[in-house]
Amino acid sequence: MGARGYFGTHPAQKWVGVLLIAVALACVPFALAAVGQTWVRVVNLALLYVMLSLGLNIVVGFAGLLDLGYIAFYAVGAYVYAILGSPQFDLHLPFWISLPIGFVAAAVFGVLLGTPTLKLRGDYLAIVTLGFGEIIRIFLNNLNAPVNITNGPQGINLVDPLKLGSFSFSKTEVIAGLGFTGPMKYYYPLMLLTVVIIALNLRLQDSRIGRAWEAIREDETAAAAMGINTRNIKLLAFAMGASFGGLAGGLFASMQGFISPESFSLLESVSVLAMVVLGGMGNIAGVILGAVLLTGLPEFIRFTVVPVQQWVFGRVVVDPEAIRMLVFGLALIVVMLVRPAGLWPSSIRKRELTTGANEASAEGSPAGSSAVSS
Amino acid sequence: MNAPAHSVRSPLLSARGVSRRFGGLQALSDVDLDIEPGEIRGLIGPNGAGKTTFFNVLTGLYRPSSGSIVFDGAPLPAGAPHLVAARGIARTFQNIRLFANMSAVENVMVGRHARTHAGVLGAVLRGPGTRAEEAAIHARAHALLEEVGLARHANAIAKTLPYGDQRRLEIARALATEPKLLALDEPAAGMNASETVELKKLLLDIRERGITLLLIEHDMRLVMGLCDRVLVLDHGERIAEGKPAEVQADPAVIAAYLGVPAQGTAA
Repeated sequence: MGARGYFGTHPAQKWVGVLLIAVALACVPFALAAVGQTWVRVVNLALLYVMLSLGLNIVVGFAGLLDLGYIAFYAVGAYVYAILGSPQFDLHLPFWISLPIGFVAAAVFGVLLGTPTLKLRGDYLAIVTLGFGEIIRIFLNNLNAPVNITNGPQGINLVDPLKLGSFSFSKTEVIAGLGFTGPMKYYYPLMLLTVVIIALNLRLQDSRIGRAWEAIREDETAAAAMGINTRNIKLLAFAMGASFGGLAGGLFASMQGFISPESFSLLESVSVLAMVVLGGMGNIAGVILGAVLLTGLPEFIRFTVVPVQQWVFGRVVVDPEAIRMLVFGLALIVVMLVRPAGLWPSSIRKRELTTGANEASAEGSPAGSSAVSS
Repeated sequence: MNAPAHSVRSPLLSARGVSRRFGGLQALSDVDLDIEPGEIRGLIGPNGAGKTTFFNVLTGLYRPSSGSIVFDGAPLPAGAPHLVAARGIARTFQNIRLFANMSAVENVMVGRHARTHAGVLGAVLRGPGTRAEEAAIHARAHALLEEVGLARHANAIAKTLPYGDQRRLEIARALATEPKLLALDEPAAGMNASETVELKKLLLDIRERGITLLLIEHDMRLVMGLCDRVLVLDHGERIAEGKPAEVQADPAVIAAYLGVPAQGTAA
């Protein structure tokens, strides 16, 4: 699974491949800026969603634990960053302190959610995690009294952007003869962290830990009988997944400069889950594809609906906002009907959905307990 | 492991007064069992006798309602299957529980979990230690598949394997944990005659390697031909124990199987 497989086997070939990709990625903001700054913002947002979906993929795709409240960890990361770097408490800690704190805080919350839900699976786990997500949002909404921590529904404004000394990632300036806007600058740290998270995911998946997650997903009882401490390994999945969400949250807060509880609604959890499922649960490349498509597609529709209508009908018949979600929903349904395992499924998921699922194996037994009781 | 069969008199496993109650059902009452190192021990009894319940208590899936189990000189942790596996008891399941969508070799690799150490940092940094460990896991898994005769199917998806092969794969996976005691829950179930003969050979080979075996089995020919001693359970109670031939002639055992009162005219 390592980088070796993707490029040539010769080390020099490998480094040339890596270099070419790095150069191509570095040019992306300029190519997009030529079309419009909006698209740079869309790509930045897509990168955040790639991090989020890769985090959720650890929990849902690898360990098979359905989490409907994942956005709570994004919220924890965002609020930790905002509280540590805004006029709210006038702390203004540098990002290289507050981002890691957000990362760790989210991991702690991941364990907090994981601990009471260890014995739950499937629908029951989904409902508890959904509740957890809402609890976090409601807390953020109400923690402005008696002590004002989160500033309640008004949210936290003037969050510090990423700053290295006097270099701010949010200011437009000319560097080495090239004009950079804020979003164009932000693209680089976002892309760097995304690449790091992808690498971490690839290595985790193809390791003793990754196999343990997969084994738990397949059959928790058998996994325990093989010596896997299912409690710790599941908590690890929750913590790892949450921490990536927390990191994305911190970056989101710094990029937007403003956060409020509204950004962390159930719909966001569902969107990220849709990215994971539609892209191909358990397959890192598929999840990335899902995140990019589901972030890009609605924006693409937003910008094409009006011109297309004017061209076809001569005037705007339907409001772009209304039709955007309609087209988006239809696209989701079609994809899931045509490719139930996702656009780019993991080999394991494909097997599960294609070859006879009711073979004489443990497949048929409902989660966990039934076979033990015979 | 280091004790050849029958040379040491202290038992490998010693269960005392093991009971397990599910609500109103006494699934196991007061079962004692001693297993000597290197022996092949049978556990038989009619359906519902409590054999699998005993396995589940032994391997930590259930906590016993009362009683204790000493294994290899120290008490077994109750209700912690992963610790039991680490102590050296591996098992297979009555209704095969493979990681159905993983390949055969991946299944066996998971079995190495208890004997390997790479954590998140190891996995992420992938230093020389982790890489060496991964290579060893690979090599060991392939060697075990070879041993149970599944080398050709290393990359086949577990659930697509024929039934008999799935049972053998479960054994390979259990062996990957380096057990001192291998507990097999109906290993011959669903096998045809020739597969059963091969299974018997495999189990004898495993014993040759110094692994003690405990098996639940309904195939009496296999039990009689393989086991050194047999424990018979009925309604959760121990009704007989001894050499296969003795047990076979025991009126209580015949009564339990045929449903005739022990003092009746059977036998």
